[in-house]
Amino acid sequence: MNHKPFAITLDPNSSLANHTGNWRTMKPVYVDRLPPCNHACPAGENIQAWLYLAEEKDYEAAWRRLMEDNPMPAIHGRVCYHPCETACNRGQLDEAVSIRAVERFLGDLAIKEGWRVPCAPSTGKKVLIVGAGPSGLSAAYHLTRMGYAVTIYEAAEKVGGMMRYGIPAYRLPRDVVDAEAARLETMGVTIRVNARVEDLDAAIQEGGFHATFLAVGAHLARRIDIPGFDAKRLLDAATFLRSMASASAIKLGRRVAVYGGGNTAIDVARTAERLGAEPVIIYRRDEAHAPSFKEEIAEAREEGVQFQWLRRIAKADEAELTVEVMELDEHGTPRPTSRFETIEADTVVLALGQKADTGFLRNMTGACLRDDGTVEVDEQMMTGHPGLFAGGDMVPGEQSVSMATGHGKLAARHIDAYLRGIRYVKSPSHPLATFDRLNPWYYTDAEQSKQPVLALARRRASFEEMIGGLDPDTALLEARRCLSCGNCFECDNCYAVCPDNAVIKLGTGNRFEINYDYCKGCGLCAEECPCGAIDMVKEVK
Amino acid sequence: MTTQRIKFYQTGTYTAGNRLLDDEARTVQSRLDRTNSLNSGHRACQGCGEALGARYAIDAAMRASNNQLIAINATGCLEVFSSPYPESAWQIPWMHSLFGNAPAVASGVAAALRAKGRDDVKVIAQGGDGATVDIGFGCLSGMFERNDDVLYLCYDNEAYMNTGVQRSGATPPFARTNTTQAVGKAPGNLVGTGKNVPRIAMAHGIPYVATASVADLHDLEAKVTIAMGMSGARYIHLHVPCPLGWGSDPAHTMKVARMAVESGLFPLFEARSGAVVDRTKIRRKVPVERYLELQTRFSHLFKPSRNDEAIAAVQAIADENIAMYGLLEDSNP
Repeated sequence: MNHKPFAITLDPNSSLANHTGNWRTMKPVYVDRLPPCNHACPAGENIQAWLYLAEEKDYEAAWRRLMEDNPMPAIHGRVCYHPCETACNRGQLDEAVSIRAVERFLGDLAIKEGWRVPCAPSTGKKVLIVGAGPSGLSAAYHLTRMGYAVTIYEAAEKVGGMMRYGIPAYRLPRDVVDAEAARLETMGVTIRVNARVEDLDAAIQEGGFHATFLAVGAHLARRIDIPGFDAKRLLDAATFLRSMASASAIKLGRRVAVYGGGNTAIDVARTAERLGAEPVIIYRRDEAHAPSFKEEIAEAREEGVQFQWLRRIAKADEAELTVEVMELDEHGTPRPTSRFETIEADTVVLALGQKADTGFLRNMTGACLRDDGTVEVDEQMMTGHPGLFAGGDMVPGEQSVSMATGHGKLAARHIDAYLRGIRYVKSPSHPLATFDRLNPWYYTDAEQSKQPVLALARRRASFEEMIGGLDPDTALLEARRCLSCGNCFECDNCYAVCPDNAVIKLGTGNRFEINYDYCKGCGLCAEECPCGAIDMVKEVK
Repeated sequence: MTTQRIKFYQTGTYTAGNRLLDDEARTVQSRLDRTNSLNSGHRACQGCGEALGARYAIDAAMRASNNQLIAINATGCLEVFSSPYPESAWQIPWMHSLFGNAPAVASGVAAALRAKGRDDVKVIAQGGDGATVDIGFGCLSGMFERNDDVLYLCYDNEAYMNTGVQRSGATPPFARTNTTQAVGKAPGNLVGTGKNVPRIAMAHGIPYVATASVADLHDLEAKVTIAMGMSGARYIHLHVPCPLGWGSDPAHTMKVARMAVESGLFPLFEARSGAVVDRTKIRRKVPVERYLELQTRFSHLFKPSRNDEAIAAVQAIADENIAMYGLLEDSNP
């Protein structure tokens, strides 16, 4: 019996009965993309992830996320040449996020707070590492965390490698190196200093090591002879910079010519400036073709370092160098012009690159040495000798602290796999989060926070650290400039802009989900996602 | 501006929510417990600006009224797509009568509530631009002059979309509709026609008049919340792009609305008792082309050849708005 009012035949119903999802031809899908900073990081950091945590003022969590990839944030926060910032999408908006400054802030805070990293239970296996530079320390850290017993043999009297014996103190104070190395020791890494390995095979046998990682760096200077110049006043950069770490620094003359155009040449010149000399950098190509970083050149120039571009040292006498003017051909290769000039100089420091001293490897079967002293490694960072891995400056490729640190991590993973009888396969990276995928409208305008810089007069007269750290407020502000490229940061835009309520908010930390029963596939959510974390893909029915 | 802008913190208050800000600085739309007054399953087109604007406004009104709200709906897209018999997408008390009488019905509902002593229940009337500026205009003006206790929301998509895109009194100059074809010497809607209902509402001297856009959610919610906190006749005019009628990409609904605001073509302001008291400044000024080029209803201004004169005329309208309301950061009206 029908008791409905007149002319009413159907019960009232909700529109939820109408599944509008079947209108759809394209559907939104949440994705994670690879932020350009992560992509560019030689140490393989997940920068976007640790910035995300720092944005919430959870600095310890941010530091721990950072430490999953890089055990030396305070060092990298000072000396890394930040390819991440060069790649940063924010650079196309206003200025790149000052990632390195935030990294340093976290690193310094961790040292101050004494944060420690836990290790996995012991695997009972032992790994030998030769060299306590960035690569060796990095590998030691990762292997220790995985539960291996690691021993490092270091030839010098202190740890750090190039971080102590190459990079000048005004860029990297030694107490920072000490603090981050000390943290490794408290984790259980055994470091034996003044322990040069002469017979590798014997060292391995003697210690009962199951695998070995070589990271001896490149400490041998390439030298040339300058006709007519007093050999006693012809130094090399590696020896000179190394002497700065000892009690008896090499004495320079007044007028110091530095021969070379790389970062080491700049380091030498700026060090000489601080010692009261008048340095001039002589390089056979021009400024644009110099391999040193542009900001280093600018800082050196500020401090009074002079540059003689397109010059080749031809010969010398007591107090003068005769240089030949060079010109560049269309490929940027310098050509002599037979025009000569003179430059006053009483000391010449050669900064022509460094080679690895890998003579101790000659007896290791299978290890393949190149002419420049570097050791060939395969994609597993392993030399031709089974169980013998190598990384850092002693293998072919870019030579930098961050690259070496990245090698250390990668080698640790391969060594771990090798010792477990498997093969480490890197999980495939997400596609790149490019700028064109962002909707920059949503980001607020915020200029890069500037780090304090030491006054020029003090820079020129002392080895005091030149660049200061960010204070907590500016570090937070800087972290919050991150665009979170390609990774959802829960801004709720997709949830808000859906005309069909087809985006389900899962609550803080759990992101969102699409309700495909009702999503009509209009694409508004993808279009209005600030960070490009939604793809529209063809619907397959 | 009505809402307090927060700079920095990644996206500040430009996005709907922001985990780095206090709850209060986030929108109603970012909340897990928003009403979803207009629920899923409605039959609006893909990317419908009106469906979006209605949920934005009514959800904010629900929150502002402790969920004590009755909405009266005029005939139009919003009514048709949300309530095909016997289904309803509304999750609030909602009533539809005729195309032209929503303000009158709302006045009656408000009177009935007053008679019952229910001063806790608020009344909203809503309709499209056709129902508001043309068909229901007499009832609306009556509601205003009697200062009835109703908030009227006009969702302006600038033509009669539901019946097949016919010109309304809110259709902008040069826009192509099915009754203003892009043919002849003066293609599209005639220049100098139409009416500016927010200004007409202000002329009634009612307590509150505001314009809002789906492109600025924080601003829209703040205005609805202010209006809900007042009594008497109140009017909010919301700009809601229509992908179907405007010939824009459904994914561009927000972008089109944003370009209308940023070019100055749709000024965001508030007026109290007949006088403009505040405006939302343009953040990044754009020429009107950025707005026009997203919509095929204006494509005859660019193809087969660019109609510089017409574009300049549209730009002049935007410039006049910018000057009149003081829409640039460093300008005062």
